[in-house]
Amino acid sequence: MFSQILASILVNSIYEMQNFPVVLINTVLSPLSFLLVIVFVSHGSLLGEAIQGGFIMSMFSAGIGLQGDLSHLKNDFKLQDMVVSSPTSWQTYMFGMAISELVYSLPALLVLGVLAYYFMNLSVFGLLAFAGVLILMFLTSIAIGFTLSTFSTDIVQSFAFSRLISTLFSTIPPVYYPITYIPLPYRYIAYLSPTTYAAELAQNAAGYLPLSSTNATLDWIILIAVTVALFLVASTKARWVEI
Amino acid sequence: MGESKKLAEGASRDPPLGGGCSAKDHLVSHVQLAPEQLYGRMEERVQTVVCDHLTKIYGKSESKALDALSFSLSSRGIFVLIGRNGSGKTTLVRILATELEPTSGKATINGLDVVREARKLREKIAIVPQEARPIPWMTPLQTVRAYLLWRGLGYSEAKHRALQALEKLGLTKSCNELNRKLSGGMRRKVMVATVLSSEADVIFLDEPTTGLDPISRREFWATLREIGRERFTFLTTHYLEEAEELGDKIGILDRGRLIRMGTMKELRDSVSYNYSLKILSGPKEGIPAPETGETITGQDGNVMILTTENEAYRISRELVKQGLKFAVNPISLDDIFFYLARRKAGE
Repeated sequence: MFSQILASILVNSIYEMQNFPVVLINTVLSPLSFLLVIVFVSHGSLLGEAIQGGFIMSMFSAGIGLQGDLSHLKNDFKLQDMVVSSPTSWQTYMFGMAISELVYSLPALLVLGVLAYYFMNLSVFGLLAFAGVLILMFLTSIAIGFTLSTFSTDIVQSFAFSRLISTLFSTIPPVYYPITYIPLPYRYIAYLSPTTYAAELAQNAAGYLPLSSTNATLDWIILIAVTVALFLVASTKARWVEI
Repeated sequence: MGESKKLAEGASRDPPLGGGCSAKDHLVSHVQLAPEQLYGRMEERVQTVVCDHLTKIYGKSESKALDALSFSLSSRGIFVLIGRNGSGKTTLVRILATELEPTSGKATINGLDVVREARKLREKIAIVPQEARPIPWMTPLQTVRAYLLWRGLGYSEAKHRALQALEKLGLTKSCNELNRKLSGGMRRKVMVATVLSSEADVIFLDEPTTGLDPISRREFWATLREIGRERFTFLTTHYLEEAEELGDKIGILDRGRLIRMGTMKELRDSVSYNYSLKILSGPKEGIPAPETGETITGQDGNVMILTTENEAYRISRELVKQGLKFAVNPISLDDIFFYLARRKAGE
């Protein structure tokens, strides 16, 4: 199983970064670009929230990336068909590919980590809460990514899914800034996205957004429930062997 | 962690891109394998594929991609499945390779059910799907090695087997080039190297030569012959001369049904006539009818006469007198396929 996971990591991240290093620039710039906009517009006052947003989006982008990469490998190279007919199970393939997306995000996470070290002040409890949020975001996103990838039949359809997910989960929700910046009637729309709960919890952990313990608990419950539900959907609806 | 360490070590051992490599150069002493370990012993290579009323209907379609297909095949070497586009070749291969579930019916390979025992079967089979191509930003060595890792081999053994397979297919010098820099024929070889390097007993190759130019295709046949000598290979093609050239046994699939299966000799014997005359030009009205044999007019209007040797001689003289251009040849798979497919369709 370790070699099967290693194969996914090699193919989907290491070899690509090794043989095609320009992707590294894109990987680093992608979460940082929106961070810079927020920092400039807020004159630096939202730097901490923006760094957290960068982390959340890096983790969430893993799922978007997974969806695109799996579709690409499946539809354009028929690689998934070859793997299906091999001893690798769908769970191992998915896990390996998910880890490969994390490896792919490492350069960005490293840059964000340095920024967080200098510009954020997290307690041990806050750090644990923030890590929990990031793990849940990662799990949520890969469940979405895997499910959608099994249904996409070509790369154009895959791009359409990617853009839709990106808009619904990162552009509309207040990931890089506090939700209080959104006027109240529109705030409810933001609550449709799990990234909103993740951002609220992360901002609360760092002391940027005060949350009552009831609200914080509710946010955790929703985030965990969404993650579990999406994993159930992925395990029951996603197609490994075609029917 | 252990595997990550191996990865780091392995990456550092890889020569820079563009350099050649060989199995000998990179031989890891503890994974040296004898040919029979790598490819299996000859007597083990007779494989059995059985389909019992195998039917596939896609979605809500009314047409059947496979229509109660039944056959039992015990063979070694290369089995070639031929058929027109849409005849069900790829559907059958995908079901046998456990990628696609049948709507009804059953299929087994060496007694293992393709649906119920798929997990066990996947250790014994390998496939290069139709239109599969190597990832452009990877090298042949990386491509083959990664596939072997997915098959569960350790990093060192995967690397060694990959190098051996690439060497066997003449890709040693290119094994560290990026795949995107390789020619179409070489890319196909890389894909074939993946399954060749595996421990699979049965290899499925779905139209591996489609899109190759005629010269590259013929060169590629040597590679396929090589594989057929070592493993049971289930190959699909719509190039009939390829089937004739490579197939130890040939199956003819038409509209989801197997209309004939056997060696080339058996297929020839299944048609009562051993010569074909193809009328190449001139008015079709004056073509003499054979006393023994059949005249077939294709959808394109071309006329072909299947007949005996003596009758072919007689008709040839008539055609010469009329000044018609024609070709006369011993019956080919092309003729057999054309004849059987039309007879099955009741035309």
